[in-house]
Amino acid sequence: MTRKGKTIPVLTIVAAIVMLWYIGSVWMNAPFEYDQAERLSKPAPAFGELVTKTMAQERPVLPAPHQVLTEIYETTVLKKITSKRSLIYHAWITLSATLLGFVIGTALGIALAVGIVHNRAMDKSVMPWVITSQTIPILAIAPMIIVVLNAAGISGLLPKALISTYLSFFPVVVGMVKGLRSPSMSELDLMRTYNASRAQTFWKLRWPSSMPYLFTSLKVAVAISLVGAIVGEMPTGAVAGLGARLLAGSYYGQTIQIWSALFMAAALAAVLVMLVGFAHAYVLRQMGQKPGGALA
Amino acid sequence: MKNVITTEGLNLTFQTNDGPVHALSDVNLEVGQGDFVSFIGPSGCGKTTFLRVIADLEKPTGGSISVNGMTPEQARRERAYGYVFQAASLLPWRTIEKNVALPLEIMGLSSTEQKERTSRVLELVDLAGFGKKYPWQLSGGMQQRASIARALAFDADLLLMDEPFGALDEIVRDHLNEQLLKLWDRTNKTICFVTHSIPEAVYLSTRIVVMSPRPGRVTDVIESTLPKERPLEIRESKEFLEIAHRVREGLRAGHSYDE
Repeated sequence: MTRKGKTIPVLTIVAAIVMLWYIGSVWMNAPFEYDQAERLSKPAPAFGELVTKTMAQERPVLPAPHQVLTEIYETTVLKKITSKRSLIYHAWITLSATLLGFVIGTALGIALAVGIVHNRAMDKSVMPWVITSQTIPILAIAPMIIVVLNAAGISGLLPKALISTYLSFFPVVVGMVKGLRSPSMSELDLMRTYNASRAQTFWKLRWPSSMPYLFTSLKVAVAISLVGAIVGEMPTGAVAGLGARLLAGSYYGQTIQIWSALFMAAALAAVLVMLVGFAHAYVLRQMGQKPGGALA
Repeated sequence: MKNVITTEGLNLTFQTNDGPVHALSDVNLEVGQGDFVSFIGPSGCGKTTFLRVIADLEKPTGGSISVNGMTPEQARRERAYGYVFQAASLLPWRTIEKNVALPLEIMGLSSTEQKERTSRVLELVDLAGFGKKYPWQLSGGMQQRASIARALAFDADLLLMDEPFGALDEIVRDHLNEQLLKLWDRTNKTICFVTHSIPEAVYLSTRIVVMSPRPGRVTDVIESTLPKERPLEIRESKEFLEIAHRVREGLRAGHSYDE
């Protein structure tokens, strides 16, 4: 499949979405214009006028795409990065918590998976707790983590990162348990005939075997790390970060600000997942994977 | 002649949900230094299980077995044997060279010694020049040769082979059989070889152990009268066909196909 073969279908879908969005914004913002006209005892606006007005409201129900793009442009390119109104500044706050949480979550996930695979007691006992941890809504647990850690004198980056950790360790545990158990019986028998120690079996067989599973999990983990960081920014009093922008935007009816923060979050997630994808491809190439092979 | 493997009244019973399965029943066998012994029988006759008991991959439930005068576990810890599985089981992320060096790394040999031994055994199986390739770049037959090289790499006197050529086509198989005999001749190793091909067993072995299932037991041990020098044409000789006939009779006697 060539890239050329993908461009036209993708662009078609994007064009369709943009069109639906414009139609939606005219339709959803129209009642406000009718209200305005009625209040000022003017005649209801004609269709042409209605369209222009609905796309230029200050607090639209659904901002038009170009309004969001303008806002993003103004808050990224035109603002200094150090400014509190810069979207890049807020994105960085969120990104740093995301990355820290992702790193801790990955380390924790791998450590738990190694324990589960090598220790019978952990194998029997840990998994139910890991699964239970994910059934608790993150929105319920996030404020508690923030408050408890704050009481212990820890604030700022770490509490938010820990919420990312809470979400991101899960796919890593599940993927790595499967990955570390992926060597076949005959491969394990082979190591046994060499009288290999557990550590040797781990580093020479289990760990390399688990690489495709690890990276697949990491793609999921990095995306939900971002969700965790954004959620973690909400109960901190909306000081800084994309989560704070979302919350502040909704307090003051700044829908354009909400949408631009959303777009930034989506772009961030896309870039992070792509970076993990590149790392995945690189590692598998280093491991001599057959081009276009089945290891992916 | 010194015995490499001696078993007396060896038993192995697996406990399964459908009740006990007698994989091996009262197996008495001696394998001497430099023998090429084939184990042949229908599936379920315990030939692979027997090989796995020698390799300490299964524990017998009764009787005694010694490998090089030790228990199988001691023998395994001393790395007294090389094991070749039915599938080549080469690690896909290692080059052929690195795959062959795997047991040497685990033994903790120096990298110069690893290199020296790796190139020597790759030469032995005719794979010199393929060391830098990854397994997927090699044909099935070459992969299996690489796995034999890996089993030879740590210089054990005993080679255990579990249907190593079972998944290969007949032409490749003939070729590898011929090469295996040459290799055996050159290295003077003791080889235990599991197969379910009668011509393969007769062509390769100095002794053929015929086994039958339910419970797995030895029904006949045939000493081959063929000379050590065996061109492929020997398979058309009268002597060869006589031994093959006796193996076939042994298989038939041990197993009723009417079940």
